[in-house]
Amino acid sequence: MKEIERNCKKRLFLNWFVQALVFVITGLSLVPLFFILFYLTKQGIGSVNWSFLTHLPRPVGESGGGVLNAIIGTLIIASLSTIMAIPIGVTAGIYLAEKKTGKLVHLLRLSTDILQSTPSIVLGVIAYLWIVKPAQSFSAFSGSVALAMMMLPTIVSSTEETLKLIPYTLKEASLALGVPYYRTVLKVILPSGISGILTGTLLGIARIAGETAPLLFTAFGSPYLNFNLFKPMNALPLVIFNYASSPYLEWWRQAWGASFILIVMVLCFNLLAKWGASKWKIKF
Amino acid sequence: MEDKILITEKLYAYYGEHCVLKDVNLEIPKFKITAIMGPSGCGKTTLLRCFNRLHELSPGGRIEGQIWLGKTNLLSLNPIMVRRKIGMVFQRPNPFPTMSIYDNVIAGYKLNGIKIKREEADQIVETSLKKAALWNEVKDFLHRKGTFLSGGQQQRLCIARALAMHPEALLLDEPTSALDPKSTAHIEELIIELKDSVTIVIVTHNIGQAGRVADYTAFLYLGELVEFGPTERLFTAPKDKRTEEYLSGKFG
Amino acid sequence: MKDIKTDRRDIFFHKVLALASWVVVCLVLGILITLILSSLPIFKAAGLGFLFHKVWDPVNHRFGAMPFLAGTLLTSFLALVFSLPFSLAIALFLGEYFYQGAIASFFQSATELLAGIPSVIYGLWGIFVLVPLVRKLEMKLGILPYGVGIFTASLILSIMIIPYAASIAREVISLVPTELKEAAYGLGATRWEVIKHIIIPYARSGIFAGILLSLGRAIGETMAVTMVIGNNNQFPTSIFAPGNTMASVIANEFTEATSNIYLSALIGIALLLFLVTTVVNIIGRYIIKRLSVKK
Ligand SMILES: Nc1ncnc2c1ncn2[C@@H]1O[C@H](COP(=O)(O)OP(=O)(O)OP(=O)(O)O)[C@@H](O)[C@H]1O
Ligand SMILES: [Mg+2]
Repeated sequence: MKEIERNCKKRLFLNWFVQALVFVITGLSLVPLFFILFYLTKQGIGSVNWSFLTHLPRPVGESGGGVLNAIIGTLIIASLSTIMAIPIGVTAGIYLAEKKTGKLVHLLRLSTDILQSTPSIVLGVIAYLWIVKPAQSFSAFSGSVALAMMMLPTIVSSTEETLKLIPYTLKEASLALGVPYYRTVLKVILPSGISGILTGTLLGIARIAGETAPLLFTAFGSPYLNFNLFKPMNALPLVIFNYASSPYLEWWRQAWGASFILIVMVLCFNLLAKWGASKWKIKF
Repeated sequence: MEDKILITEKLYAYYGEHCVLKDVNLEIPKFKITAIMGPSGCGKTTLLRCFNRLHELSPGGRIEGQIWLGKTNLLSLNPIMVRRKIGMVFQRPNPFPTMSIYDNVIAGYKLNGIKIKREEADQIVETSLKKAALWNEVKDFLHRKGTFLSGGQQQRLCIARALAMHPEALLLDEPTSALDPKSTAHIEELIIELKDSVTIVIVTHNIGQAGRVADYTAFLYLGELVEFGPTERLFTAPKDKRTEEYLSGKFG
Repeated sequence: MKDIKTDRRDIFFHKVLALASWVVVCLVLGILITLILSSLPIFKAAGLGFLFHKVWDPVNHRFGAMPFLAGTLLTSFLALVFSLPFSLAIALFLGEYFYQGAIASFFQSATELLAGIPSVIYGLWGIFVLVPLVRKLEMKLGILPYGVGIFTASLILSIMIIPYAASIAREVISLVPTELKEAAYGLGATRWEVIKHIIIPYARSGIFAGILLSLGRAIGETMAVTMVIGNNNQFPTSIFAPGNTMASVIANEFTEATSNIYLSALIGIALLLFLVTTVVNIIGRYIIKRLSVKK
C-alpha cells in the first residue's frame, strides 16, 4: 500500500514538473517577441514623424529626409502583384475545388506545394532571368512578378479551402433552377466564398509586403520617387536592408523608422484579414 | 382518363455500375399530387433527380429508357430547359445565403440572366410569395437575407423560388423532414392549395403525410416500382404483399 | 438556339479553369527549366565538382559550392536544435494544456505576430541587438569576437521558425484521437503519462514531418541570415566563424556577378537550393497528409 502511495506521489510530482517546464519554456519563447517589439517601438517611434513620411531620401551627410518613395513603392509593387496573382490563383483554386480528382488536379496540387516552399530568393533570381535580363533594366514590374509568384499558392489554397466548405445543396439549388454550370459557379458558389478568398488574399499581401529577397535584383531600389513600372523602384524592405548595412548612424535610425512603418502596415493587413473574416462571414 | 404529364418507360438509372432504378414505368397525372414512398435507399430521390435531369450530374450518373414530358421526349431536351420547366425543392432548405429574400425568389431569372422589368419582378415576387404562403410574414423585410428566416419559412421561400419560374411540375424531396410539426402542417396545406396550378410529385417517408395530401401514391422497393394507384385504394387494399408490409411498418 | 450557347459557354468555362491550372503548373516547370538551363555553363565547366569544391574565389574563376552547403546545413541544424524545445513546449501548451480560452488565443496571436514579422526586421534587430550580445559572449569564451557568424544566424533563424514549427506540431497533436487520450485518462494516467505514452508515440511521424518542414523553412530563409552571418566565403571552421549560406551568397553577390560563369555559378546554387527545399517539403507534406488521412 505504502509502495503504491509513494509511486503515486512520484508520478504526480513528475506530472507537475513537466507542466511547469512546458509553461516556463512557452513563456520564455515569447521573450524574443517582446524584445523585438520593444526595440522596434523604442527606436522606431522616435524616428517616425510627419516629415519622415512625406519626404524623399537625402544624400549621405545631410540629415532629415524620409521614405515617402519607399512607402509608395511598396504599395505599388504589392498592388501590382495582387492584381497579377488573383485571377490565376482564384481560377486555379476553383478548378481544384470543383474537379477534386484527375491528373491535372494532382499536378496543380504538387505545383502549388512546390511554389509555396520555394525560397523567395529563388523567385527573385527567376524574375531577374525572365524579365530584368532581357529588358536590361531593373524594374518594379519584375519585382511584382516575383512577389506574385510568392502569393499565388496562398490564393489558390485559400480559394480551394473556402469553396470546399460551401454546401453542395447550394449548387444543386442553382442547377435545379436551370442555371448553367458556369453561371452557378460564378454567381452562386464564388459569391458565397468571397469572404474566405478575400481573407486569404489579405494574408497573402501581408506576407509579401515585407519580403526583401525577391526585390534585391528586381525592383532594386531607388532614391527617387518613381511611378514608372519599368524603372527601378524603392520599397520599404529594401530601404531597411540598405540602410542597415550602411555605416551611417543617421541611416540606421531611419532603418528603424522604416521598420516601424513596415510592421504597422503588415499588422494592418493581418488585422484587416481577421476583421474581414468575421465581418463578411456568410451564414449558410 | 386525366392527362399525364410525366411518363417513364422502362426507366433504368445507374451510379456507375450500380443500378438504382430498374424498369420503372410510371405515369404521373397532371394537376394532381403524387407521393412516392418506399424504404430508405430504394431510389426515390434518384427518381426525382431523373425527372429534372439532375441525376446525370452526379458522378457516374446515367439514365436508360424513356421519360416523356407531356408529348415531348424529356431526354432529348436540353437539361437546362428541363430544369427551368420542372422545379425542385430539397430535403434541407437551401436559400442562397448571399441573396435577400426578394432576390432569392427571382433567383431563377437573375442567375439565368433573364432580363425582367422592375415592376414585373415585384409582381413575380409578390405572387410567388403569396402562393407559398409566406408573403404576410416577410413583406416588410424583403431585402433582408433569406438565411435569417426560420427553417419552415426558408423551405417556403425555396418553394416560392421554384414557383417563380412558373414550372409545369414541382418535385419535392422530403420537404418537411427537417421541420417541426407546425411548419410541416403549414407546408402540407400549401401543397394542397398549389395543386390547381401545378403538378406536384412529393417524396415522403411519412405515411400519414401521403394519406393527407396525395391523390396518387407510388411505392418503390429496391429500385422497382411495386405498386401505383390512387392513395386511398393503395392504403386500404394494397395488391402487393410488400406494400402491405411497408404500410404496416414492417420495414423502412 | 440559346441552349447550344450555354453548352458552349460551359465548355469554354471549363477550358478557362484548366488553362489557369496549366499556367501554375507551367510556372513551376518554367522555374525548374530556367534554373537548369542557366546553370548549365557552370556544370559544363566544373562538372559535379562544383558541388564539392571548397573554394569560392570569383576573381580567379574558381567556384565551389561546398562552403555554402556547409553553412546552410550548419545554420539550419543549429536553428532546429535551438528551437525544438520551444516549439514542442508551445505545441503541447496550445494543443494539450490550453486548447481554448483567453490564454490560448493570446499565445496564438503572439506566435502569429512572431510569424508575421518580416525577415528583414529580424535582420535589423539581429545586427543591432543580437550581434553585440553574441560579441560579449565570445569575449567571455575567449574566441575572436566577430559578433556576426553562423552561431548568430542560427539564433535568429531559430526565433523565426519557432512559430512555424509550433503551429505544425500543434496541428499534428490535434490529430491524436480524443478517445485514445480519454481511454488513458480513464485508466488513471497523469497528463504527462498521456503525453509520453499516447501523444508523442502517436504523433511521432508528424513531429518528424514538422521538423522537416521547419528545416525547409530555415534552409530557404534569406534576409535575416544575410544580415548577421558575416558573409565570408571560406569553408566554416567553427560555429562562431562568419560564413555564408546558399541563400545569403546569392543575395550578396548576384548583382555583382560580372561574368557569365559567375552568374551561372550563383544560379547553380539557386537550383540546388530549390531542389533541396522542394524535396524536404514534399516529404514533410506527404507524411502529414498520410497522417491526416489515417485519422
Ligand atoms: N452520389 C451517389 N453515388 C453512388 N451511389 C449513390 C449516390 N446517391 C445515392 N446512391 C445510391 O443509390 C441508391 C438510391 O439512393 P436514393 O438517394 O435515391 O435513395 P432514397 O430512396 O432517396 O433514400 P432516402 O429515403 O434515404 O432519401 C442507394 O442505394 C444509394 O446508396
Ligand atoms: Mg432521398
